[in-house]
Amino acid sequence: MRMTSVRPLRPPPPPEPPALHVRAMDNLAFIRDTMEAAGSFTAVSGWGMVAVGALAAIVAVIAAQRPTAFGALEVWLASAFFLPIVMLAAIVEKARRAKMPLLSGPARKFVLSFSPPMVVGALLTLVMYQGGMVAAIPGMWLLLYGTAVVAGGAFSVKIVPVMGVCFMAAGALALFSPVSWTPWIMGAAFGGLHILFGIPIARRHGG
Amino acid sequence: MAKHGAARDDARAHDTARGGGIRRAPARKQGELDRLIHERLRLGIVSALAVNDSLSFSDLKKLMKTTDGNLSVHARKLEEADYITCTKSFEGRMPKTQYRLTAIGRRALEKYLDHMEALIRATRER
Repeated sequence: MRMTSVRPLRPPPPPEPPALHVRAMDNLAFIRDTMEAAGSFTAVSGWGMVAVGALAAIVAVIAAQRPTAFGALEVWLASAFFLPIVMLAAIVEKARRAKMPLLSGPARKFVLSFSPPMVVGALLTLVMYQGGMVAAIPGMWLLLYGTAVVAGGAFSVKIVPVMGVCFMAAGALALFSPVSWTPWIMGAAFGGLHILFGIPIARRHGG
Repeated sequence: MAKHGAARDDARAHDTARGGGIRRAPARKQGELDRLIHERLRLGIVSALAVNDSLSFSDLKKLMKTTDGNLSVHARKLEEADYITCTKSFEGRMPKTQYRLTAIGRRALEKYLDHMEALIRATRER
């Protein structure tokens, strides 16, 4: 049996067009997504890295003057509190200048991938410090910092994971080289690598 | 293979972009929305170029997931308004079309971003 379809006398009203602010937010999201897909913008601040590198080089010189490995470790531990603050301030400033949300999709992924190795590093530092394995701590730091940068850098521009690999290489070198080399490897890595990679990131990838 | 494909894209850009005099974008009143970059594809082109020194025709085509003709037409409109510049060259025998954002284009994008932010702010303040 064939049934004819029922056509309403009055067509249903067209759906309400989206409000202006909804369209504005949609446009901003589109711009952000396109910039991220274009792949050249990184939330990582190149100038922040240069600043961190310069400060780390000063820290390395101070740490190298301490007579014991414990003393040097204390200097680096103190710097571990203020160097991330410098970097964070630079990242916030870069995002503000670029009018990008601080925690955009890739930036959120970067933080989520970067954090676990850093947490592991903090816990291992405690355990190794208590176990008297102080000499191995700088190498472990470099290895895990490099791991964090490689993992986080998978969602960033290519140069970021390359920097992470360099930190991992420096970590491996620190673990298997004489203890007397450690302060210089730390200085060359945290100071030199940050400056070396920070300048091209700043020039080519938005500051 | 892919390189040849990209070169073909650039060759098409060479062809499509030919002809027609340069027309300037009409002057806008203060606070008026920039219709030129309000259109999605053009907004995408300007946004992508804002975070890159330059992009080739094939880069933009891949990024915008659009056709040669569509991209050429919209890029041409942006070029006419001096928002982007187009440089044509040859890599060996292959034509290459590179686009760059101009200072005018960057300012237009910034103004557009401000405009969008103002719209959102105005709604929140209501």
